[in-house]
Amino acid sequence: MRSRWTWRLVALPGVAWLSVFFLVAFYAVMAVAFGNQDTLSQPIPHWNPLDWNVGYVLDTLDNFFSGGPFLKVSIRTIEFVAIAVALSLLIGYPVAYFTARHAGRWRGAILLALILPLWINYLMRMLAWINLLAPDGIGSDVLHSVGIEKLFLTMGLLDEPGGWLNGQPTTVILALLYGYIPFFILPLFVAIERIDRRHIEAARDLGGSPASAFFRVTLPLSVPGILAGAVLISLPMFGDYYTADLVSASTQTNMMGNQIDEFMRQGSEKVTGAALTLLLSVFLLGLMFYYLRTTRRAGTTAQTT
Amino acid sequence: MSRLRNPWGQPRFLALITGGYIVWSVVPVLIAIAFAFNNGRSRTTWQGFSTRWFTGETGSVLHDPALRDALGHTLLLAVICVAVATPLGVALALGLQRWRGRGSGSVNSLMLLPLVTPEIVMGVALLLLFLQVFSGIGLGTDAQAIGQITFTLSYVVVIVRGRLVSIGPEFEEAAADLGAPRRDQFFRVLLPLLAPAIVASAAVAFAVSIDDFVVTQYLSSDASTTTVSMLLYSSARGAPTPALNAIATVNLLITLLTLAFAYYVYRRFAGRDEAASLATMEV
Repeated sequence: MRSRWTWRLVALPGVAWLSVFFLVAFYAVMAVAFGNQDTLSQPIPHWNPLDWNVGYVLDTLDNFFSGGPFLKVSIRTIEFVAIAVALSLLIGYPVAYFTARHAGRWRGAILLALILPLWINYLMRMLAWINLLAPDGIGSDVLHSVGIEKLFLTMGLLDEPGGWLNGQPTTVILALLYGYIPFFILPLFVAIERIDRRHIEAARDLGGSPASAFFRVTLPLSVPGILAGAVLISLPMFGDYYTADLVSASTQTNMMGNQIDEFMRQGSEKVTGAALTLLLSVFLLGLMFYYLRTTRRAGTTAQTT
Repeated sequence: MSRLRNPWGQPRFLALITGGYIVWSVVPVLIAIAFAFNNGRSRTTWQGFSTRWFTGETGSVLHDPALRDALGHTLLLAVICVAVATPLGVALALGLQRWRGRGSGSVNSLMLLPLVTPEIVMGVALLLLFLQVFSGIGLGTDAQAIGQITFTLSYVVVIVRGRLVSIGPEFEEAAADLGAPRRDQFFRVLLPLLAPAIVASAAVAFAVSIDDFVVTQYLSSDASTTTVSMLLYSSARGAPTPALNAIATVNLLITLLTLAFAYYVYRRFAGRDEAASLATMEV
């Protein structure tokens, strides 16, 4: 046995790196959010927690609770993410289920097709849709000729013919769905795959119909996979600004990410931007730790088997 | 097997959804690639086949300075990122795997956190870090590289540690029983066994770096620090030529070749099942 310090020493450079560029970086967000700003609204961070000035964070919170624009953006963000996750489940579950249970000799090819989008640049995938949905694009033509455009127009999901890219919430939600659903399907596939088939055989042997075997065995056993996938795609969606920027380019569809991006990168209200980033992180902390806990547990079971 | 029949009736219905999903997820990208070869300025109307947007005299990926530089900068960042994140990550994986007891749990969480933190939070945090603390480094190439290393590090650790778990301690113990000194146990036994995972993790880090957008954008300074992803973001809604599709296609080709290489190495030296787990790494 080597001395117990050797391996800590080996890990040290990595730990130091993460401490500085992750922990200290995040502390910088707090120092700025709880700091002050000069007359040019440049941030003056307060590094000592005893000097923290809660004014800007309180202002930001007040904006939420008094029904200001931040509240509107937050509600819109939650709405977009919730619908996109629900649609991911609706489309993703059958796909994951089929691939895990019924794909037969096509399985390898289907899996490859499911994995491929994960490694195609997200912005390239958005670019593809921007080309398709342009007023004279192939996608717009197809949607027009098969009657989907008309359906969306009568349902109020689209404002004007061919106007898919003109600030439509529908387009943003569908783009989010398109962008993130591959990340939902894969963990779900793994979860369904891992369900012991003997459970289903037992359900059938005990007289359950195929449907009740599905609803009372397979579905409940795939709930952890559904949750993991939902959390995995909600986290980046809550911080997404590029999707809405690209397929809508209108402030009417601004999400929380757009709001933060406007303050941090485009505008010069970095203190408010930092306060919003902090509040978003606190809001997402629960989801992050839920996901870490489930992956860690999956990691330990993998080690013991 | 008949009792495993699916409850929705014919699996044909499920097959249809799956097939439809795959067409929907892949075909738009294939069309975007096809238009990179369009012999005209339109990205929506087909005007014949040509490679002018890749190698033509004007406005092509090869000859347009903005496009060429973006591709060059993307690759430069990826190389720096791999060169630093791989050794750092391998060491962290080894340390974490062997170090039992106090502190290892929190370091493990710290290592996984960058994977679940929304990128905008990391982008904002690093931006403020380089503006307020390391203003000597400032924004630009160095900051972009550091930002990318910070989260690709976790990918390297996860891959290498997975391989460490599957190797187990037996080989080193056998070497020790046969009287090998510790240095040889490490360099002549463990390291060669670990090599495919190290190569694969470097390739994954390379691919992740190439496709990164948010952190790279937040830490960029001027036009010379523009990457392909940033170019796609800033020009997609303008009135660009198919050259934008062409540079995206080149970018995609580099990513896929890198990953195919990683998969091949891993499968050749570590077995098929482990290689399959590599493909689903993107978590």
